Formats: sequence, C-alpha cells, structure tokens
Amino acid sequence: MLTALDKKLLQEIADLHGEPPGAFNIRKDGEGIERRSLEGIEIKPKKDQPGIEVIVAPGKEGTVHIPVILTETDLSDLVYNKIDIGEQANITLVAGCGIHNPGTGNAQHDGIHEIYVRKGARLVYTEKHFGEGEKGGKKVLNPKTVLYVEEGAYAELELVQIRGVDHTTRVTEAEVQAGGRLVMYERLLTDGEQSANSDVLVKLMAEESTARIVSRSVAQGHSRQSFNPRLLAYGPGRGHVECDSIIMDQATVRSVPEIWAENSEAELVHEAAIGKIAGEQLIKLMALGLTEEEAEEAIISGFLK
Amino acid sequence: MLSLENIYLELEVEDQKVPILQDVNLNFEAGKMYALTGPNGSGKSSVARVAMGIYRQSSGKVLYNGEDISNLGISERARRGIGYAFQHPPRFKGMPVKDMIEMAFKYSDGYDCQVLRDIGLCPDQYLERTLDNSLSGGEIKRIEIATLLAQNPRVRIFDEPEAGIDLWSFEQLIDVIGNSHRQDTTTVVISHQEKILNMVDEIVLIREGTVSMRGSREEIWPQIKESAECPCRKSCRLEEEIYADCPR
Repeated sequence: MLTALDKKLLQEIADLHGEPPGAFNIRKDGEGIERRSLEGIEIKPKKDQPGIEVIVAPGKEGTVHIPVILTETDLSDLVYNKIDIGEQANITLVAGCGIHNPGTGNAQHDGIHEIYVRKGARLVYTEKHFGEGEKGGKKVLNPKTVLYVEEGAYAELELVQIRGVDHTTRVTEAEVQAGGRLVMYERLLTDGEQSANSDVLVKLMAEESTARIVSRSVAQGHSRQSFNPRLLAYGPGRGHVECDSIIMDQATVRSVPEIWAENSEAELVHEAAIGKIAGEQLIKLMALGLTEEEAEEAIISGFLK
Repeated sequence: MLSLENIYLELEVEDQKVPILQDVNLNFEAGKMYALTGPNGSGKSSVARVAMGIYRQSSGKVLYNGEDISNLGISERARRGIGYAFQHPPRFKGMPVKDMIEMAFKYSDGYDCQVLRDIGLCPDQYLERTLDNSLSGGEIKRIEIATLLAQNPRVRIFDEPEAGIDLWSFEQLIDVIGNSHRQDTTTVVISHQEKILNMVDEIVLIREGTVSMRGSREEIWPQIKESAECPCRKSCRLEEEIYADCPR
C-alpha cells in the first residue's frame, strides 16, 4: 500500500499519480512492494542478487515503470537490474529514484542497470533523481547504466537530477553496434554543498553506428560538478558530445570531454562550454517585466528543459 | 507620455569614461510615431536603452506620464508600460518560443499567439522551437518583434527592426508596426529605412550623442532624401552633418 509520501515521491520522479500504467515494479526501502507483468513484458526478481529482470518479448510495444523510493534514514540500497528489450520491440522505460530522508543519517541508493536493446528495437529510457529531507541527512544516488545497443536498434536516454541530491556519481557506459543509434540527454542542477560526477563512455563499435551526448548543467552555491564524457569509435561511426554548463555563485565545474577514433572513417565532434548567465539574457527578460530573480529562474529552467 | 530631459550618459570603456549622450531632450507623445535616425554609433540605441532603464544616465531625468522614473529598474519600467525590442535579441538555449511569448503576456492585457502570425511565423511551427542557434537571425528578430507586440506596452521602442529581415518580411513588418500603433500608444522606431521614416509623424536625427535635428516627416525627410541623392556627398547641409568626419 502506497502512503501519501510514497505517492509524492513517485510523482516527482516518474510523474505518476497512482498505479503506473503498463508493467511496473515499485521498490521501496530495499524491497519490491508492488509489481505487475503483462503479456510480453515479464518482470521478476533476480535469484542471485537484489534487483529485478525485465524481459520484453520481440515486437512488443508498451511502457514499463521501475521507480525506487527511499523513505528511511541510515539506509543503503543496492540493486542490480537487468533489462532485455527483444528484437523490434518499442518500449518506454521510466526508472528513477526519489529519496525522502527523515533523519540525520545517510539514505543512499546505488542502482546498477544492465540494458540490452536487441536488433531493431527502440528504447526510450528516463531516469529522474530527486531528494528531500529536513534534518540534514545526506541523500546519495549512484546510478550505473550499462547499455548494449544492437544492430539497427535505437536507444534514447534522458537522465535528470534537478534538486535535493547531496552527492551523485553517475556512470553510463554504452556499446553501439552497426546501424545502432544512441542519444543521451543529461540534465543536472546542483546547489549548496552538493556534488555530482558523471562519467560517460560510449563505444561506437561498427559502421553506421551513431551517438549524440548532450549534457546541460547548472551549478549554484558552493556545489561541484565534474563531467567526463568519452566517445570512442572503433569503426566508421559518427558521434557528437556537447557539454554546456551555467556556473553561478561560488560553484565549480570541470568538464573534460574526450573523443577517440580508431578508424579513419570515423567522425567525432566535441563541444564544451562553461559560463555565467549572459547579461543580455537577463535584461531581455527583465524588459518583459520579470524581476532579476524571475529572469534567472526562467533562463535556468529553459536551459535544463 | 515619455520624456528625456537633459540626459547625459557616460559609459566605462576599458577603465575610461566615454561620453555617449550629451544634453538629449526628447518628448514622445501618446498617439504619435517617431523615428530615431542617424549614423552608426551616434547614440540612437543608447537613447532607447536609457528610456528602458538598461543604461542609467549620468545626469538628467526620464519622465513617464509626468512621473520621474529615473530611479526605476528595467522590470518596473516594463510593468508600467515601456517596451523595447532589441536590435540583437539574445538567444536562449532550451527556451521555447512559447515560453517567451507567455512571459511577454504576463503583464499584458491583450493579444495572443496571433502576434506570431502577424509577423509571418506560423504558431504551430514555431511555438515549440527553441530560441537558440537553430533559428536564423531573421527568425529570432521577428520573434523579438512578436514578443514586444505580445507585451502590448504603451510605449513601444523598436531598435532597427528591419535588421536581418528579408525584403518580403520587411514589408509585412512595416504593416505590423503601423497597425499595432494606437491613439493611446507611442511608437519609437530606430531605423535608417526610408519606408519607416515615411510612416512616422516625427523624425529625430541623432548625431554624436545629441539631438541634431527633429521635425515632421515633411520638414526633415526632403533634406535626408536630398542628401541621399547628392552624388558628391558634399553640398547638402544634412549630408555635411552626417558625414562630417568623412574624408571626402
């Protein structure tokens, strides 16, 4: 039975207003509490490790929600999820973790996802992180996503962390086979004393494999961010890395994109920029009647959209 | 409606104060359309930016409906009814056109997304587009003008609205600016374009940071036109004023 707090967290991370549509698994405080499989989408607990297996039959279309919520303090939750999207399937998968830490101890979730997007399949994967708590206990989220995009498959990742997470170390690794496409959007906002590290490694394994990595972040207060997106082409693939950060107050941002080609037909591009909000942008919005604070908020909100 | 009285403006450039405007006195009345014209760098945009509160004058006053608004910030002036369409509108990564138009509506009492149609942009095609480098300079400029129209201010200042806009859109733009003008609004257009200078009630020539000449279209325009047609650029008085520094 979901409490009002559970529902609030689910709404924050997965925009859910009750029981999710389609297949789902809800994990709370280290245990699976509700689950539903559908024909062609099986969700079952793993036998050897904490976590679940999601198996999508070839050609199946649908939505899968696998959110995690933590509502206790002094809790460290570790899961290993394996997700297998069958050939030619078309799936929207909503993951994410919401933490309400009621105490002074740490509340931590480490989620390791191993995702296979089989030949010709399509996956849209959203992972949103959220943290809250009044007594100062840390909210820590360390997701690791390992993705295999097979021949002709398409994977789109949207990784979002907007507020309330004290520390995150995010690792994303992907292998993209011939004709496969990967698009990854990362959006991150840190404030206060928060810190965030994101390491991305995408390997373009063969011809016609493509990847686009877009990272947008805003660092406020004394927060620290570090990005290290790496794009490797073993074959004649094409890839683009774009890291863009707005830096404010006394924050620190480090961005180290890397491109690496081992094939003369590969085409890789990287762009990285760190800067404050442009004065003309603020003036433009203030000339519409917004206060400076409202203008700043509107610019950040648009930037992270 | 809007008056600038004895405006002096100095800006700091590389640690040195540079005079930009000197003793500018202008009164813009309700129901009238004005053009500010003059050579590049003469101070036209600076006049507009002082009116909008983007630049704070070193001395002098800005009055709006008789009230001294010299100490009001940009937001307060905008909320009172002064609007400014930028010559070079900034781009915003990730911000949809829809959000910009909605923000413009916030303190407005009229208009809707029709403003985009008015300016030749189909709302279905543009509302979800983002105001970043994916839009051309001309598109950004037209959206800027639509934003000012959505804002529906009593004083509307267009800073070189024709810049970057194609010929066909320019014709449409003139109609839009003309049609949006009402008896209770004041329209000020910074421009070098003959068609715009032709549509206003009064032309103000700004030169070297001060008002060099002002008058009705009938009074001023023949001189400007004459100067433009002068083959040697020496003989006419206005030309001498505008091209005073020209070695020819």
